[in-house]
Amino acid sequence: MKLTVDQVRHVALLARLALTPEEERELAATLDQILQHMETLDRLDTTNVDPTAHIVAVDTPWREDVVTNAADTDALLANAPARDDDLFLVPKIID
Amino acid sequence: MLNDLTIATAAERLRRGELSAVDLTRAALDRIAATEPALNAFLTVTADAALTAAADADAALKRGAAAGPLTGIPIAVKDVIATRGVRTTAASKILEGFVPSYDATVTRRLRDAGAVIVGKVNCDEFAMGSSNENSAYGLTRNPWDLARVPGGSSGGSAASVAAGQALAALGTDTGGSIRLPAAYTGIVGLKPTYGRVSRFGVIAYASSLDQVGPLTRDVTDAALLLGVLAGHDPRDSTSVDRPVPDYAAAIAGGVAGARGLRIALPREYFAAGLQPDVERAVRAATDVLRDAGAALHEASLPHTEYGVACYYILAPAEASSNLARYDGIRYGLRAPSTGGLLDLYRDTREAGFGREVKRRIMLGTYVLSSGYYDAYYLKAQKVRTLIRRDFERVFADADVIVTPVAPTTAFRIGEKTADPLAMYLSDVLTIGVNLAGLPAIVVPCGLDHAGMPIGLQIVGPPFGEEAVLRAACAFEAATDWHALRPPDVAGREAPR
Repeated sequence: MKLTVDQVRHVALLARLALTPEEERELAATLDQILQHMETLDRLDTTNVDPTAHIVAVDTPWREDVVTNAADTDALLANAPARDDDLFLVPKIID
Repeated sequence: MLNDLTIATAAERLRRGELSAVDLTRAALDRIAATEPALNAFLTVTADAALTAAADADAALKRGAAAGPLTGIPIAVKDVIATRGVRTTAASKILEGFVPSYDATVTRRLRDAGAVIVGKVNCDEFAMGSSNENSAYGLTRNPWDLARVPGGSSGGSAASVAAGQALAALGTDTGGSIRLPAAYTGIVGLKPTYGRVSRFGVIAYASSLDQVGPLTRDVTDAALLLGVLAGHDPRDSTSVDRPVPDYAAAIAGGVAGARGLRIALPREYFAAGLQPDVERAVRAATDVLRDAGAALHEASLPHTEYGVACYYILAPAEASSNLARYDGIRYGLRAPSTGGLLDLYRDTREAGFGREVKRRIMLGTYVLSSGYYDAYYLKAQKVRTLIRRDFERVFADADVIVTPVAPTTAFRIGEKTADPLAMYLSDVLTIGVNLAGLPAIVVPCGLDHAGMPIGLQIVGPPFGEEAVLRAACAFEAATDWHALRPPDVAGREAPR
């Protein structure tokens, strides 16, 4: 297969990345090379093989629905790039 | 030299009052100051907090209070692990200046055990890499040869221990990121079974593969640190609720621990492409284990060659999802953007992520995108099952598997940066262990013709840390490789 720059642009939009034209060209080439290597998996017949999502069989853990950690609002908001009092500030999204 | 002590010897001298934690911490901080121009292993040095913690440790020791196993021991922490009140960046510009309001569970366990955290160490950005060249804050150099990489992604962790900047370090291992740098810098690195150590507070790369573990000077220290880190954590739903064995007891036999041990040597791991020095050293190491009473037999892990392809579908897929949280809203970088929310996301992520991270996000987004999911992601999940079954078959009549860690010793800086696939293939002998969730340790087992360290990998079945430690300790007790140290790089500048 050959990965086109248009396909790279589409994936970049899905991934929320604003790539430069140079990055788009570089990624089209390197991703294509990497994907070709991945196609070696097609040599294996996996028809009756179950997928492994997780290696250790753990049951879904349950706990009582109680607050176990109090939110430290100031400490959390201290990392925000923009805040207004106790709120995260974002660009206007509704006119 | 205080900097060259193991945890076990330092702890003993601290308990006897022959050494103070403040002196030990000062020695580490002095060493960091003297060697950082050459190594660049640290992203943040927490000198004041470390000296305060050391003074507290001395006070506790003097009071005769029940000392923790790490009381007064200087330890470095990989910068993907959250440390309350201390900058944590994952070596990424997108988290520049981020200060966690909480400790990761492993950080808390270190502090509870009395450890003195001396700082945060460099790594590949978001733990993505095999050479430490992907850090947004500059690469770390290998103390054995400053023109070579220390391995990745826990390259800063490994270099800091090898160069005597800390007595031990925490790293994370997703595809070999503890074991490869341990091998490249001549120290011990342990990747526990998936679920043995909590991932709460560890900045996620690939959640089904990531695992925290220790990098140390010897196997005794690895056992000691694992004992501190291991155990169930209700805050990590993948953490396994299972008693923690006495790892110190597992290694008490020393060289006698090899007696009766059934060791499998998988032929695919000794295939063509192995540097002759590496093969020679690893074969010699297996002879040492046989002479110590282990029973060796050849085995086969037939799906080994598919590991890299399988990993580089699954890990980027999980990464693309995990890294969606860096959006410029709640923490980290926000790029100046004049458009709406979508532009803000795109501009921030473009400015904040480095080249390799973008490549893996793109790869992951692609293999999960509509029309490709079955062909890539689901296929890789099925191949993962085949790889896991290979290991299950071998462990039916083996206690541990012994292999090389990497096809070569540490390569030169810049040698593989232009060819991502060649870089990915340096993980070919470590990746299977992560895909199958197994524990594995790396111990030094030789030097190549250029004087660079060679590592030996010992792999166990799920929760087989005791067998792995027992075999590693037996090898270490029979050889002197772990006692080798790199040349002193104090006072040297990084080569251009």
